[in-house]
Amino acid sequence: MTTAKTKTLAADGQAPAVPIPRTSTLSSARTRRLGLTVLGWAIACLIFFPIFWMVLTGFKTESAAIADPSLIFSPTLESYAEVQLRADYFKFALNSVVVAFGSTLAALLIAIPSAYSMAFLPTKRTKGTLLWMLSTKMLPPVGVLVPIYLLFRDVGLLDTRTGLTIVYTLMNLPIVVWMLYTFFKDLPKDILEAGRMDGASTLQEVVFLLLPLTLPGIASTGLLSVILSWNEAFWSLNLTSSNAAPLTAYIASFSSPEGLFWAKLSAASTMAIAPILVFGWLTQKQMVRGLTFGAVK
Amino acid sequence: MATLQLNQVTKSFDDTHVIKGVDLEVNDKEFVVFVGPSGCGKSTLLRMIAGLESATSGDIMIDGTRMNEVGPADRGLAMVFQSYALYPHMTVEDNMGFSLRLAGVDKEQRRDKVREAARILQLEPLLDRKPKALSGGQRQRVAIGRAIVRNPSIFLFDEPLSNLDAALRVQMRIELARLHEELDATMIYVTHDQIEAMTMADKIVVLQGGVVEQVGSPMELYHHPRNRFVAGFIGSPKMNFLPVEVVEADAEGVRVRLPGGGVTKVPVEGRDLRPGTALELGIRPEHLVLDDDQGPLSGDIQVLERLGGQTSLYVQMDDAMVTIMADGDVAHRVHDKVRFGFESGRAHLFDSDGLALPSLELHPLAGLRRQDNRAATDVNGA
Amino acid sequence: MGQIMTKTRAAGRTVGGLRTLSLQAPAVTLLFLWMIVPLAMTVWFSLQRYNLLMPEMTGFAGLENYRYLFTDPALWAAMGNTLLLVGAVLAITVVGGTLLAVLFQQEFPGRGVARVLAISPFFVMPTVSALVWKNMMMHPSNGVLSWVAESFGLPAVDWFSSLPLTSIIIIVSWQWLPFALLILLTAIQSLDDDQVEAARMDGAGPVAIFFFITLPHLKRAISVVIMIEMIFLLTIFAEIFVTTSGGPGLATTNLAFLIYIQALLDFDVGMASAGGVIAIILANIVAIFLVRMVAKNLES
Repeated sequence: MTTAKTKTLAADGQAPAVPIPRTSTLSSARTRRLGLTVLGWAIACLIFFPIFWMVLTGFKTESAAIADPSLIFSPTLESYAEVQLRADYFKFALNSVVVAFGSTLAALLIAIPSAYSMAFLPTKRTKGTLLWMLSTKMLPPVGVLVPIYLLFRDVGLLDTRTGLTIVYTLMNLPIVVWMLYTFFKDLPKDILEAGRMDGASTLQEVVFLLLPLTLPGIASTGLLSVILSWNEAFWSLNLTSSNAAPLTAYIASFSSPEGLFWAKLSAASTMAIAPILVFGWLTQKQMVRGLTFGAVK
Repeated sequence: MATLQLNQVTKSFDDTHVIKGVDLEVNDKEFVVFVGPSGCGKSTLLRMIAGLESATSGDIMIDGTRMNEVGPADRGLAMVFQSYALYPHMTVEDNMGFSLRLAGVDKEQRRDKVREAARILQLEPLLDRKPKALSGGQRQRVAIGRAIVRNPSIFLFDEPLSNLDAALRVQMRIELARLHEELDATMIYVTHDQIEAMTMADKIVVLQGGVVEQVGSPMELYHHPRNRFVAGFIGSPKMNFLPVEVVEADAEGVRVRLPGGGVTKVPVEGRDLRPGTALELGIRPEHLVLDDDQGPLSGDIQVLERLGGQTSLYVQMDDAMVTIMADGDVAHRVHDKVRFGFESGRAHLFDSDGLALPSLELHPLAGLRRQDNRAATDVNGA
Repeated sequence: MGQIMTKTRAAGRTVGGLRTLSLQAPAVTLLFLWMIVPLAMTVWFSLQRYNLLMPEMTGFAGLENYRYLFTDPALWAAMGNTLLLVGAVLAITVVGGTLLAVLFQQEFPGRGVARVLAISPFFVMPTVSALVWKNMMMHPSNGVLSWVAESFGLPAVDWFSSLPLTSIIIIVSWQWLPFALLILLTAIQSLDDDQVEAARMDGAGPVAIFFFITLPHLKRAISVVIMIEMIFLLTIFAEIFVTTSGGPGLATTNLAFLIYIQALLDFDVGMASAGGVIAIILANIVAIFLVRMVAKNLES
């Protein structure tokens, strides 16, 4: 299933690899290519194996799951059915989608003006501000969990999507600002100045020029933010219980009591990561394209 | 009508003074070129006129109104950037019509204005293309078209030709001159290339270190440079400088001793100079003449460049290297010894501060402007 | 001129300071509140006697919580584990990521698919990857790794009891290696072909090209990887929570987990807050080094 999907997604027009040295003969070039192919695929499969194995186990019966590892078994959807009986997957998935995309959108909206001013109206303090923002990311969440928990309880944000969205927005804001800053900074200033000569206000500059021109960068920033929010486990486990719990909480609910029921655990895990994995596969080219523009150029 | 006036304009960034008090008057329909080496402040000055940088002090007046606090779009100017600064995600038509769209001009009118500009610049077949699909020269024309559409009272050009190859640059130079005539607008043009300045300007403003060194017509600057810097900057190849010593000075000029002992009288005002004063004599390569019999100067030819019609000789004298532009057919070879001289009326003298001693007679072309050229041809044509 | 122009751009706009301020205000204000309010509360709590299990014991404790913590060997063990975990994972992912980036930059059939497979773990949530590794890969009797070991006639390893921290490092590296690969692969693609060809004309072999051309080109990207990973690695929690719960003993307890134990298992808010303050200070020390490194990159 995975190969079929990825084949189309990953078709890839990257720059040609290092050409074969002139001195080598045709046959040694062929050997080299074969070696590369084997090595490349072996490593890729090795890295991917745990995911593959998990997906496979989800289609096994519980007894087959703990038996000696084997690729040959009769697939069953039994575990999926049981898992769905225990907890409504779609409710958690919806929470994940709302919170991940909502927080990303909010973070982008707050970050764009900030990154704009840092990139185009820099002052002596700009660099310091940017670094300070990044340093707030280094606060261990657990260090401030208690106060946040108490605050959220008092204002009624516990176990709400809004509450979790706020936390994720703030959590990703520094990285979003920083990435946008690197993308914006790469835009030739002449273009914005030409816009200003043409009579564009700051808002028009941003809407008509800056955003369309840095769209690949903004998209890859957004994608990274969605992935980070989707996979975040600490806050979601501690700030939600039933109403707003996203998929990280869903999977955690299977971890302790079902620890030994590998097939069900695998089925649940597969469902929890499938959306973001497919999303990641679909957008990885976009992500790479955006990153090439800015941060890591 | 569009005139520009700068009164004691300065610009500082923290402790760095980039523009140190510039006064300038630009008349209606004039083609003014700011020229100077990298870092002289010419681009900053242009950006201040455009409104992209604020002036630290002084007045920027357009048509008699102070514009310091007015935004760039409201000064009635248009600017063509060195990098063209086309909007890469818009077609040529949208690029040119962007300012009108922001101003809320309706579609029909926008289209008409863009078509009109496109016609002037022969861009009509390219209107649907994106900038990526255009050549350098075409991009340049789109950038100019974008300026034309705004119908500005003053056009600003920031080194617009520096990204083009040599052949295209010559072609665009001609096109810009034609455009100036056709649009009949005031234009201010920044360049570091003195050839562009000489060929296009009605008035050249030579800047160095944030200070205006001289303002004048191209011929005025060529024949009567105010100081050693302007003398060296205007003209190509560069003017030669030789150390000389005053022998005698009177109302008809200054007699100086050349390296090698020869004496010549330069017709400049310097009657107060005492004999023995050290000066510098400036003489352009094209004014040096080979004279193997009685040339007062001599040296060894180090390099010889034959261009066909002319030959450049790089000659090592005792304590100076000079360039001579000679006829294409000279028979000299590398390492030959040559003698050469010059007509004394062609020479300039500079004092120890680098200031030129004023000429006693004005060159007949010094007051000529490009517009006079034009008028003359018109008369001839009629 | 270049220099003057940069100065122009940097300082010329100080006039627009008000505009800058208003544009940055939302992000700065929010982040400041997000940082300062909990921080202040954490510092306040850390100076209190505040144990949810002993509600009668309240009041100002001064530095008692800190004194207790500093004499507790758990703190030093946790600090050591934190640094070891961060250091090891960084080393593995940066070195491995660079090598893999070079490998996946070469042309071979199916390269696109192979790349996608290799970066997939980055999309997997930490809780899931920890569960999969714990139960299906590293399980002492039924895990794939022990099965492989047995097939070769080797004794099975009980990963989480005999090599607990190593196990965590393996899991976390597996998650972050793809991230490093993704970033470094992106960076490697921007390497100018002319440079590589020029080096080859100069007689450089593949190894020399790697060390003298590729690696210097990747410097900026590598520092980006280190910075982002460090931010996340300093606060690793889910992987430990799911697999070892900090054990056996304190073998896999990092600072984040230690605070968690104190706050949520021992209900000692005062002590947990003191631990939080220490974690914040540690994070800031690391941040200073990091900031220096990144600041250099911001210049270019």
